[in-house]
Amino acid sequence: MKELVVISGKGGTGKTSITASFAALARDAVVADCDVDAADLHLLLSPEIRERREFKCGVEAVIRAADCTSCGKCEKFCRFDAIRKTVEGEEKALFVVDALSCEGCGVCARFCPAGAIDLVERSGGEWFISECRFGPMIHAQLGIGGENSGKLVSIVRDAARELAVKSGRRLVIVDGPPGIGCPVIASVAGADVVLAATEPTLSGEHDVERALSLARRFGAILMVCVNKWDLNPELTGRIEHAARAAGAEVVGRIGYDRTVTEAQIAGKCVVEHSDGPAARDIRTLWENVLRRLD
Amino acid sequence: MILAVASGKGGTGKTTVAVGLALSARGGASLLDCDVEEPNCHIFVKPEILRREPVMVPIPKVDKDACNSCGQCSEFCRFHAIVALKTEPLVFPELCHGCGGCAWICPRGAIREIRREIGAVEVGMNGGLRFIQGIMNVGQAMSPPVIRAVKAAALEGNSEHDRVMIVDCPPGTACPMVAAVRGSDAVVLVTEPTPFGLHDLRLAAETVRKLGIPFGVAINRSDCGDGRVEDYCGAEKIPILLRIPERRDMAEGYSRGESILSAAPEYREPLLRLLEETSRMAVENKKP
Repeated sequence: MKELVVISGKGGTGKTSITASFAALARDAVVADCDVDAADLHLLLSPEIRERREFKCGVEAVIRAADCTSCGKCEKFCRFDAIRKTVEGEEKALFVVDALSCEGCGVCARFCPAGAIDLVERSGGEWFISECRFGPMIHAQLGIGGENSGKLVSIVRDAARELAVKSGRRLVIVDGPPGIGCPVIASVAGADVVLAATEPTLSGEHDVERALSLARRFGAILMVCVNKWDLNPELTGRIEHAARAAGAEVVGRIGYDRTVTEAQIAGKCVVEHSDGPAARDIRTLWENVLRRLD
Repeated sequence: MILAVASGKGGTGKTTVAVGLALSARGGASLLDCDVEEPNCHIFVKPEILRREPVMVPIPKVDKDACNSCGQCSEFCRFHAIVALKTEPLVFPELCHGCGGCAWICPRGAIREIRREIGAVEVGMNGGLRFIQGIMNVGQAMSPPVIRAVKAAALEGNSEHDRVMIVDCPPGTACPMVAAVRGSDAVVLVTEPTPFGLHDLRLAAETVRKLGIPFGVAINRSDCGDGRVEDYCGAEKIPILLRIPERRDMAEGYSRGESILSAAPEYREPLLRLLEETSRMAVENKKP
């Protein structure tokens, strides 16, 4: 079983459109959406949810006002500015925890002399085992302002791999998140092949370089494709040259094509929707990727 | 006024709008690039960097001679960043949130905190614009400390550049986005009129609502998709503050690292109106 992860560095370079088309072309792969805080793949693959699971992402502190002696120790100890004093003046000072800032370390609860702080488990979102028209799909929705998105990514990937092994499927295709932070690290660690999709802009060039230098640390086969390459052919060449120098294989170019947006509006993959230039380019890209996967 | 430029979906034009706003505001403005995993504003602003400071986070260091392997640090740490299996504890720096708990609870005082570099903050200028960016080192997992360092650098002392502070935020709705948006007076959510744009806009709008910050929307490539983003904003009474239709020359300018004002100077007026409108929203929001 092989695992292919699509990342980009910069957002909006076409990861999800490419992944969805790969799912259509691969037919019997397991598809996983690891861009858990802006998950969009389901909008193209319309999966039917078979099982929903809660994502437990640790704890958050809650102060019981009745037991609080207003000593303010929690506020002093918290390194994340998550505890605020809400009443000024003569009244009893009230301390409250801002759930969005609380990292759930437990320091305040441990050091509260009155034992007035509880650590309650928090739900960090949901993940789903689904079936789409091209096969099984694992996806997730991180809660608003969610912590530990890397952990949710790992859950989604593990579930996808497990499903592939159980059902005898040979490929897992992962739609990764943008950036280079914890969800990206969780997406690429241990993957067989990482495909970085970028665009011929100075931002795209800068960001894919950082994404590749991250992915390289994990020992995967690296591939690069430039989307909307004809927007700036010269820069496309430069990005491809740098990618090769960084040890990545250049596996394709996708031309700018308005039918990519049309397909998205129709809720379809590019290769299902039309046989335009982008669809043809993605087919060629897939063949090149597949050759390396075997 | 601190104005955050955010989005759910990446690649919708946050940087284009943030740079455009900062350059339109001219004097008295700062641009903060808080998209520290992939900071791009510098490409368009081309600032002269005047100083660079490392961003350090605390991690535990165990004094092996003082440690008696009691394991309390390991039991306390919820992030598995310090692990003691009946041995002296092992520290996993990438997992450490820097809460300080292990050092405080160690009964033998065997843990002290040392500082580890995870990125840098750079401060520069271009013309009258002050520029501050955070850069997270490749391989680091947690960007919020770098984001907080960018904001701290911007708010340090009295600056003549704090009339308008534009914050370019990371995409998504997870903790990095919240760290960047938090503390701002108003937010512009940049989106595009596509199903992905709409889906992620809803999540971003919900996040900003939860933070209690007034916000409006800017629609980039406003003629490329369908009308569902406009319908959503209408139904939710979210003001649409700016529309930027798709133009090949602007896309090419962007690809070469030119700001929206060099490719399309006529956007200065609409950008200034956006600044006025969001500053009015911020004032309105602060009224009791």
